[in-house]
Amino acid sequence: MTAQQDIKSRIGPIGLALPLVAFIVITFLMPLANMFKESFYDAEVADALPRTLRLLNAWNGDEIPSEEVFRTIAEEIIVLQENRTIGKIGIRVNRVVSGTRSVWGRTARRVEGVETEDMRTTMVGIDDRWSDLALWQGIKKAGQRYSAKHYLQAVDLSRGDDGSIHRVDTEQRIYNTLYLRTFRVAITVTLLCLLIGYPIAYAIAHAPPTLSKILLFCVLVPFWTSLLARATSWLVLLQSQGVVNDLLVWLGMVPDDGRLSLIRNMTGTLIAMTQNLLPFVVLPTYAVLSSIPPTYMRAAASLGANPVQAFVRVYWPQSLPGIASGCLLVFILSIGFYITPAIVGGPKGQLISNMIAYHINDANNWGLAAAISVIVLLSVMILYIVFDRWVGVDKLKLS
Amino acid sequence: MWNIGKGVLTLFVVLGFIFLLAPLLVVVPLSFNAEPYFTFTEGMLRFESEAYSLRWYRNIFESEEWLRAIQNSFFIGIFATFLATVLGTLAAIGLNDPRLPFRKFVSALIISPIVTPIIVVAVGVYFFYTDIGLGQTYLGIILAHAMIGAPYVVITVSATLANFDYTLLRAAASLGANPWTAFRRVQLPIISRGVITGALFAFINSFDEVVIVVFMAGPKQRTIPREMWSGIREELSPTILAVATLLILLVVLVLITVEVLKSFGEKNKLSAN
Amino acid sequence: MKRNILASFAFLFVFVSANVCAEGELTIVSWGGSYAKASIDGIFKPFEEETGIKVIVEDYNGGLAQIRAQVETGNVHWDVVDVESQDDLIGCDEGLLEYLDDLELPDAPDGTPAEEDFFDDANSDCGLGNIVWATVIAYNSTAFESDPPSTMNDFFNLEKFPGKRGMRRTPEVNLEFALIADGVPPEDVYETLSTKEGLDRAFKKLDSIKESIIFWETGAQPPQLLADKEVAMTTAYNGRIFNAINLEKQPFVIVWDGHIRDYGQWVIVAGAPNLENAKKFLQYAARSSSMAGVSNRISYGPLRHSAWEMVDKHVDTKIDMRPHMPTDPENSKNFLVNDAEWWAEHRDDLFERFSAWVSR
Repeated sequence: MTAQQDIKSRIGPIGLALPLVAFIVITFLMPLANMFKESFYDAEVADALPRTLRLLNAWNGDEIPSEEVFRTIAEEIIVLQENRTIGKIGIRVNRVVSGTRSVWGRTARRVEGVETEDMRTTMVGIDDRWSDLALWQGIKKAGQRYSAKHYLQAVDLSRGDDGSIHRVDTEQRIYNTLYLRTFRVAITVTLLCLLIGYPIAYAIAHAPPTLSKILLFCVLVPFWTSLLARATSWLVLLQSQGVVNDLLVWLGMVPDDGRLSLIRNMTGTLIAMTQNLLPFVVLPTYAVLSSIPPTYMRAAASLGANPVQAFVRVYWPQSLPGIASGCLLVFILSIGFYITPAIVGGPKGQLISNMIAYHINDANNWGLAAAISVIVLLSVMILYIVFDRWVGVDKLKLS
Repeated sequence: MWNIGKGVLTLFVVLGFIFLLAPLLVVVPLSFNAEPYFTFTEGMLRFESEAYSLRWYRNIFESEEWLRAIQNSFFIGIFATFLATVLGTLAAIGLNDPRLPFRKFVSALIISPIVTPIIVVAVGVYFFYTDIGLGQTYLGIILAHAMIGAPYVVITVSATLANFDYTLLRAAASLGANPWTAFRRVQLPIISRGVITGALFAFINSFDEVVIVVFMAGPKQRTIPREMWSGIREELSPTILAVATLLILLVVLVLITVEVLKSFGEKNKLSAN
Repeated sequence: MKRNILASFAFLFVFVSANVCAEGELTIVSWGGSYAKASIDGIFKPFEEETGIKVIVEDYNGGLAQIRAQVETGNVHWDVVDVESQDDLIGCDEGLLEYLDDLELPDAPDGTPAEEDFFDDANSDCGLGNIVWATVIAYNSTAFESDPPSTMNDFFNLEKFPGKRGMRRTPEVNLEFALIADGVPPEDVYETLSTKEGLDRAFKKLDSIKESIIFWETGAQPPQLLADKEVAMTTAYNGRIFNAINLEKQPFVIVWDGHIRDYGQWVIVAGAPNLENAKKFLQYAARSSSMAGVSNRISYGPLRHSAWEMVDKHVDTKIDMRPHMPTDPENSKNFLVNDAEWWAEHRDDLFERFSAWVSR
């Protein structure tokens, strides 16, 4: 076969795969790349105060900047006020030094048209925070185009004025707690799914054909049913005046004034997430179990193994690929779960995804949201690589 | 001793199924509650007819928001499914061809949207699409849903292709069919089950997807899950239970249809043999 | 090819849906539920009748995310939004809202100039004062029959008033409540919160009831929590509780001591498709009669002195409305006005600390 023919015959499969590959690159990879950029690149302040920042680069940081710096920033503030971007700068700098947002608006309103030889005194007169070194340090910091500040914040660290990295105050630490909690929840949910799901998969695989079909149907219906519908159901079932508590009270298992709190806490999150994700373990496990020839078990028995031994030594190892891919899916899906914890979780059942959503929807801190997302994505990728080494990604199949 | 073990196992499995199905089973009767409560009233337990009503269903079909949401869900779902199915089917055929270079890498790339935590996908998509002017548009949501739907189509079609006998294509060619005709007349009918299953997967995925929609959709693009999401958080009314019941019903109908189609197909195969 | 057709079809759809707002329309976005109903009957409908401009009402759940997305994609389809004061400030800073400098406001019926007639700080660069509303403490009277709670500190007194407490899951309002309950005079609250010690003091007070708190997120939840007896006492928006008491006949009682007031504001989204109509609407909404129109339907007070004079009886139930208003002298003995400016500066830090506290 000549090289030319080779190329020609390859165009077929390439031409077929290319549209989707291009589509995924544009609609998925580019957004991820953009998110990555967003997590460490921020030009807002750098573009707004270029001259001031250049002067601040030469500033030693120990004393209030010179008259020249004040004059320059005043000029730049006037321009920003005209094109209505002063507020954005205030918000950005305020994220670095909190309590400085209003400096900008106040100064912008009063500094325009001021004729003075001593801009420093004028500006300090407008707002005495201009004499605060922390504000100037903050401007310098916020003016960095590239910075790891979002990543530091996303792991409860901060950088001092001298450049040293240290942990934030105890009462301010939140993100590491949430990663750990998310990780713990993901593991717990995965184990619960396995514990409940394996026997179900076993039952479906070994039931008579008609029953097996019906049971499979019973797994598929919740699998396909809207996540929101299921979250609503759990809300109805688990609240303190809900069906489960009513039933327990009616049965006399708990007193009417001692109803269990099953929702708006971690219990609610675990219960609902386990039910949401159970089919993801059942289906692939069932697919593998139903392909294990029954003769194996009989062979083990005829070789003198008791049922438990036969199960542990013969059956279980064969079902591993199904379990592994089911568990991996459940684990990854749990890490990204947002809707269910938000509805049934309450504050103690919130996961890292809820924090990401907060920074996007309420705080408009895209950089921080992006940094947290990148951290989550990287941990999943590491997990994926470990899985590939251990089991092989190509074993990953949907039922 | 062994029988006790079996009994315990059976009990465990039964409990497992109750756990799986209870939420669905409870919602259905409660959606017919005449009172705006989320628990069974005494009247309901005594099966009095006046304790039940269709008012929450009437609510859905009288509410502009819900009707718009239903329309949006189908509109977005159908277009996203179409896009995902066409791209996914072609790619699956390409991937199944051993001549494709970097096969492992390409298939990993194609599968990646569904093995990435959805919150990360949503964040990336939201930033990027907003930057390029696709935020709060139907097109943006359709593209995002097609992106997470296509991998399912690739997976299901690949599964049917694994059993596909390529000599059939050569046979068709030798009988004078051009590649397109051969694909259409020979390959497509055989893999059609994979294509249909994949399309269904993609559709349900779009129909149920809410994280991307929460970030991306403006008031005009609200879908059923989005409407439920704010309903649950704002004013929890039994209308949501009625919507949930309709969604469950839809799933049951789809599954039964698939089952019927399948057994019909099997019968055809048997009679052809 | 098919993809092109699809894409162009989708584009067409987007295009059409973005341009339905022809002349003579106005999209007003406001909070749902009974408040929306009061606004529709009290302002929107009379405005439609007077001007012939058709008002389209959309639901709003607070925050700036939706407005930001519209402005940044250049696909604005909201005109007027009814926002909280903090969102007005930040939205204005971020350039998401139109400046209202040149908006001429109608004088009071007796000729008092608008500037004198409006409450202090009712209007801002981008916001026109709409209503005054309050976050109050409310309890279910069946829970405390004899010697019911009457002060902010009672909310934090679990011994005397046992039972779960409902609280909004935000640092806003809760930190102020904690300090007021701890004896800080309202006028010193924000100054105290600006210090590390003051902040610690507020969290310490919150700590004392932490195990009994059930958090809520949206205004519809507190009355529901009270009605379902999930909580014995909760923080809540006064209008929602008013409705539950008077329209749904729930046995709830409001404690006005230490309540926190906030001003709701009308804003115009930057690049609003019906800018002229939006301005006309704001001028209409600024009239004393419009404000009273809302206040006679729900217990949110007007922001003009002349409108207060017009507050009378509830249009449907004929209840005297004034005693239910935050601004009624009886209710105004001990209260705090929310400092949106302070929150805009401190929210990022405090949200993290509050989240950490909540999840500990």
